[in-house]
Parts: sequence; C-alpha cells; structure tokens
Amino acid sequence: MSLKQTPLNAAHRAMGAKMVDFGGWDMPVNYGSQIDEHHQVRNDCGMFDVCHMRVVDAKGAGVRAFLRYLLANNADKITLPGKALYSAMLRPEGGVIDDLIIYFMTEEWFRIVVNAGTADKDIAWMKQQAVAHAPGLTITSRDDLAMVAIQGPNARAKVWQVLPQTKAATEGLVNFQAADCGTYYIARTGYTGEDGFEVMLPKTQVEAFWYALNKVGVPPIGLGARDTLRLEAGMNLYGQDMDETINPLEAGMAWTVDLKSERDFIGKAALLANPPARKLVGLVLLDRGVLRGHQKVVTRQGEGEITSGTFSPTLEKSIALARVPNAVQIGDTVQVVIRDKMLAAQVVKYPFARNGKGLL
Amino acid sequence: MSNPTNLKYAASHEWVRAEADGTITVGITQHAQELLGDMVFVEAPTVGRKLKAKEECAVVESVKAAADVYAPVAGEVIAANSELDSSPEAINSDPYGAWIFKMKPDNAADVAAMMDAAAYQTHVDSEAH
Repeated sequence: MSLKQTPLNAAHRAMGAKMVDFGGWDMPVNYGSQIDEHHQVRNDCGMFDVCHMRVVDAKGAGVRAFLRYLLANNADKITLPGKALYSAMLRPEGGVIDDLIIYFMTEEWFRIVVNAGTADKDIAWMKQQAVAHAPGLTITSRDDLAMVAIQGPNARAKVWQVLPQTKAATEGLVNFQAADCGTYYIARTGYTGEDGFEVMLPKTQVEAFWYALNKVGVPPIGLGARDTLRLEAGMNLYGQDMDETINPLEAGMAWTVDLKSERDFIGKAALLANPPARKLVGLVLLDRGVLRGHQKVVTRQGEGEITSGTFSPTLEKSIALARVPNAVQIGDTVQVVIRDKMLAAQVVKYPFARNGKGLL
Repeated sequence: MSNPTNLKYAASHEWVRAEADGTITVGITQHAQELLGDMVFVEAPTVGRKLKAKEECAVVESVKAAADVYAPVAGEVIAANSELDSSPEAINSDPYGAWIFKMKPDNAADVAAMMDAAAYQTHVDSEAH
C-alpha cells in the first residue's frame, strides 16, 4: 500500500528530511539531528507539519448538547468564540476512542481536531452517534484544510512576521483560544509544552506558508523531536499511553473527565462502575540506559508498564510515562526490566519540562 | 561519507579493523548510525566475555530506538570504549573513529572472509529496496 502524503511532502524532501512511515503517512522524522531540533523548539521556535491530523466541523442546531453527550469533558466549559477544550471521546465501556480538541465557533458550529490514525473511525463514530441523538447535525471532514504548528518562545512573533494582518486578532489570545482570521484559523495550542500557534489554512496555501515561515528563520522539526517534546511536557500520545482498552482515569486524564456535573455522557456509567486501579506516573531512570514503551515496571505494590519512554534532551536523562498500581507514590524507587537487567527509576510528578526549562 | 576501504564489514552493519597485533576493533557503520539518529546510550560488552560469531554483544540506543550490535566473528572481548559512556554522540560524528569494543578473534581467517567496502555498499543498497 502506498503511503499517504501531506501537501508538504515535497517541501520536506527539499529540506533534507528523513522520511518514515508514520501510521501509513510518509512523514519527516528529522531533518538532521533530532536533539538539535528539540532544543530549537524549547529555546527559539520551529514548525511542524501536522496536516495529517484531521479537522472536523460539527454543525447544526443542538451541536453543543450533542458534544455534551459525546465527550468526557464538558462542552459547556467553552462559551466564547475560539475557546478550545481538550477531551477524550469514550466507548460506552469507558475506553478511549481518541483524544481531541474542540473549538467553539458559534452555537451551531463546533470545530474538532482529531488524531491522524483515528480520524476515520472517529468520524464514523460521531456520525453514528449523531444519527441516534442529533439527526439534524452535519459532521464534515475538512479535507480541504491543512495544519501547521509553530512552537517555541518566539513562535508567535514569527507567525506575525509572515501574517502581520492576523496580529491584532491573535495577540490577545490566551492558551487554548483561537481566532478566525478568514483564510487562517489560528489557535494558541500545541503539543510541545511551549508557547505557539497551530494554524489551520487551505491546503492549497500551506506550502507557501511553510516556505514563508522558513524564510523568516523558522526551521522545520520532525516527528522525532515532536515525540520527545510532548513526552517532556507530559502529554499523552494516543495509541501509546491510552487506547480503546484503557480507562482515561488510568491514563492521567482525570482532569479532562467531568464526573462532577449532572450530565450524562458516553462512557460515564462505565467509569463510575470501574474505579481506576492504576495510574499514570512519571519515571526518571537513575541507572544508565533508555526507558522505552512496553518495558515492565516492578514495584513493591505490583507490576506496571511503561507506556512511553525516551531520552529527554532537556534533562539529559531517560524519562517515561508508566501505568502502575495506585498505591505507588511520588518519590518511590521502582525497577524497570530492560533486556536482561533490572534498572532503578524514580517515580516523579510530570510534566518533566515546559517553557524551556526542566521541572525536576 | 564512503566506507573506508581498509575496514571489513558485517551484514549487520558493524565495521571491523584488523590490527597489526591480530586483534580487531569494532564499531558501527555510517549507514547504521544514520538510520538510528542521535545516539544517547552505549552498552559495550564486558571485557573477557567469549563471543560466538553473530552473537548479540552490545547495544546502541538513539533517542529513537535501541539496536543490538553483533560479534562480527568468534573470539574474546579484550577492551570496551568507556569514552562512549559520556559521549555516545561520537558514534554520530565519527562512526569510524568511535569504536565500541575490541576482540581477539579465535580465527584470523574469519576476519579475512568478511565483506570489503564495495561488497558492504552493495549490501546497503540492496537493503534500501
């Protein structure tokens, strides 16, 4: 099967990217040194091709009530145009179908940004639920839109250099807020733990935008650094830290699951019936080596598993997210089975790094 | 970077330098380091360990992935490069200088029978397709 390409594929190749198969997409893993790209984002700024992610528009009367039922977080929390909300979308059994961001556009229009690998099943699920609960709604995959993330302490200033006409509308944005600037929909969101924007724009214009950013000194950053940045920032990766078999409360997502309000939502009853027995914690390796996904964690309270592990360029140590028994405490020393050895790691609070700095 | 012609190569992407005293020095090739990316950890074999040919004996880890390093021939480990403990990135910047371990081969003919630079390049090209 041939790999899917984003509209920036030729640009990546022209910029010297090493391309890899990322869930069926032909994507840049790095353009040289992944570690240099990581520091570039923490210290200055860089741009990411996130065109493989999918923008979905849900429109019609009753769209808010529909999302209130569809999602684990409460759509009622966003009432101002442009406000964004991170949420899980759950199976009735409580597992995570996807994690996504919704944007309030109008009372009859919410925008939803979902992961690349889950987009088709997400849309099918949304449509199926809409048929049953809100038949008047339209769920539209915006395949005409592209998305670029510009991240780092200088990211916003660089975007304004390229798109000065959007500055007035976007300089007052707080975190998790977006502005509709006509051709561009600009959100102060990201997946790196740094300041920055995610810009949605017509596919036909994305290559010119990408080169214009590069011209003002924004280098491209590959998926390799995207993963180390998000892991340092303590952000989950769908398919790795959680999936349809995982309770979001066992994936560090309790802050996004609204069990307090009266409203019902898909998966709520299952979550209430099955209190979490495990939790997601941070690990820092004390011995030499590198933590990786699926390594076994041995604690006094029972076994756990690393869900995401890597080498942290900011901390210059190996870090991980791990799902462990509830009784494990911050500060505990645990053992990680790496090949034929048991290596010591400390349980820590995450995020590990944000806004240019290590947090341990 | 082309592969030095004074070295021998294994299909599993180790290079071997035959020293005048009959020992060999082992590292990983330019192609291997490029596939792995930024190196962050090297676990060299213990000195004195007896290895069979093609036995897993060391691990190199980049940010991205861990990869096994295999004994190119049978023999005994006589040295490990401890400088890589603190600077594993030397494998990226100087793959043919940053050796990982040294061995005393059981049989010198095993080394002579390994691929030369041209044969290794053909092997790399064939893996790319």
